[in-house]
Amino acid sequence: MRLLSRRAKEKLIIAVLIALSGAAVIPLFWIIGSIVWNGVSVMSIEFLTSLPAPFGSSGGGIGNAIIGTLIINLFASGLGIPLGILTGIYLAEYAYDSKMGSAVRTIVESLSGVPSIVIGLFAFTLIVLTFRHYTGVAATLALGIMMIPLVAKATEESMRVVSNDLREAGMALGIPKYNITTRIVLSMAKGGVISGSLLAFARISGETAPLLFTALFSFYWPTGIDQPIATLQVLIYNYAISGFADWVAKAWGASLLLVLLVMTINVAVRTFGRKKCGGA
Amino acid sequence: MVGASSLIVVAFFMMIFAMLVVRSYPSIINDPLMAFGSTWDVNLGIYGGLPAILGTLASSAIAVAFAVPISLGMSIFFTEYAPKKVRAALSVTIDMLATIPSVIFGIWGLWVIAPFVKTYIQEPIIGSIGFIPLFSGPAYGLSLFLASLVLTFMIVPIISSLTISLLTSTPVELREAMISLGATRWEVVRHVALPFSKLGIFAAIILALGRGLGETMAVTMVIGNSFVWPFSSPSLFAPASTITSKIASELYEAVDVLHVSSLVGLGLILLVITLAVNLSARLIITRISRRNAAE
Repeated sequence: MRLLSRRAKEKLIIAVLIALSGAAVIPLFWIIGSIVWNGVSVMSIEFLTSLPAPFGSSGGGIGNAIIGTLIINLFASGLGIPLGILTGIYLAEYAYDSKMGSAVRTIVESLSGVPSIVIGLFAFTLIVLTFRHYTGVAATLALGIMMIPLVAKATEESMRVVSNDLREAGMALGIPKYNITTRIVLSMAKGGVISGSLLAFARISGETAPLLFTALFSFYWPTGIDQPIATLQVLIYNYAISGFADWVAKAWGASLLLVLLVMTINVAVRTFGRKKCGGA
Repeated sequence: MVGASSLIVVAFFMMIFAMLVVRSYPSIINDPLMAFGSTWDVNLGIYGGLPAILGTLASSAIAVAFAVPISLGMSIFFTEYAPKKVRAALSVTIDMLATIPSVIFGIWGLWVIAPFVKTYIQEPIIGSIGFIPLFSGPAYGLSLFLASLVLTFMIVPIISSLTISLLTSTPVELREAMISLGATRWEVVRHVALPFSKLGIFAAIILALGRGLGETMAVTMVIGNSFVWPFSSPSLFAPASTITSKIASELYEAVDVLHVSSLVGLGLILLVITLAVNLSARLIITRISRRNAAE
C-alpha cells in the first residue's frame, strides 16, 4: 500500500512537471506563430525598401528603419566592442587576482544589471538635454555602453580557459607580456571573443527603451548620425500602439524581420561556435 | 591601454549616477519626498512617484510568483526525467525565448495575449469572485495582471537556466546514496537536489526580480499606463503604471523642466533598487562558489 502510493505520487508529479514545462515553452511557439502569421502577409520588396507612406495612404515600407537600426548598431559596436575586449583582457590577464581587478569586475557586472532604460536616460541627460536635440549619437552611446559588459565577460571567460602552459612558454622565450597577450592568448580565445561580440550585437538589435528618447523616430532616410533616426525597434513600438490597422500590420512585419535578425545571429553563433571551440 | 579602457568603463558607470543626480536635482529641491507622493498630474505640476514605484514592485513580485513554480518544474523535469532528445529541445527553446526582444513580447502581449486574457481569464474571474477588491472589474485586458503575465514569460528563462545548472551539479554520491536506499526520483529531488541548490535558486530568483523591475517595453505596452493605481482600485485587473512605463511613455514629450527631472528622478530610484537587488544576488552567488571551492 505504502509503495503503491509512492509510485502514484511519482506519476502525479511527472504529470505536473510536464504541464509546468509546457507552460514554460508554449510562449515561444505562440510568439513565433503570431509573428509569422501576421508578419508574412505584409512582406514585399516595397515594404523592405521604401519610406513610410504619408499617413492615410496605403503602401510604403520600413526601409529607413532597417537602415537606421543597422547604422546605430554599427556605431554602437564601434564603441562597445573595442572597450569590451580591452576591459576583458584587463580582467583576464592583468588584474585577475588583484583588488583593482575585482573592483572593475564588480562594476562591469553591475553595469550589465543596470536596466536598459536607465542607460538610455543617461544618454538622454548627457547628450539630448545638453544639446537640446534628439540625436542618433545618444542612442549609439547608450547601446555601446550596453555592449561593454557582454563583450568583456565573453572575452575574459574565453581568455581564462587558455592553458597557462602557453603563457609560461611565451615568458620562457622572453616574449613581452603584451605580445603574449595578443599573439598567443588572444589568438587562442578569438572564437569566444567573436561569438561574444556577435551575441552582444544581436542583443542590442532588440533594445528599444534606450532609443525612445534619444534616436526618437523619423519618417525619412537617415541623413546623419547627429539627427533623429528611425529604427525597427521604435517603429514596432510606435506602430503597434497606434491602433491603425495598416500600421499594426507593418509593426508585425517589422517584428518578423527583427526576430529573424536576432535569431539568425544566435543560431549561427551557437552552431558555428560549438563546432569550432567545443561549446560556446 | 587595457587599464585605461577599464577606467573608461568605470567612469561611464560613475557618470550614470552623476548625471541622473544632476538632472533630477530640480525635482529633489522641489519635493524631496517625491517618491512618496501619491498624485502624478502633469497639468498641475504635481509629480508623486508612489503609484509608479508600487506598480513596479507589484508587477515584478507577481511575475516572480508565477515564474518560480514554472521554472522549477521545468528545471526538475529537465534534469531528472526528460529523455535526451526532449532535453535538447527544451534547452534550445529556453535559450531562444531568452533572445526574443522585449518590444516583441510587447506587440504580442498587446495584440494577442490581451484579448485572450480578457475573455478567458479576467471575465470569468470577475464574474465569479469579482466582489473581492483584488479581483474586481471591469475587464480591460490591459492591466497589472497582463503585465505580470508577460513578464513571467520573460523571466522564466533566467530562473530556469540557472536552476538547471545548479541541479545538474548536485554531487552524484548523494544522489546514488538516496537511490540505493530505494528512493523514487522525486524523493531524490525533494530531499537531496533541492536542498543542495536552494541558496542558488534563491539567487536566481533575485536576479530575475532585478530583470523584471527594469523591464520596459513589454510592460509599457500592456500595463495600460494608469497613474492612479492602486489608489483608485486595488484590483489586479486594473490598468497601472511602472517607473519604466512612465519614463518610456512621457519623457519624449516632456517639456517642463520639473517634469523631465521628476522622470529622471524616478529613473534614479529604479537604478538604486536594481543595483541593490543585483548586488545581493551576486553576494549569494560568490558565497556559493566559495562553498563549492572549499568542498
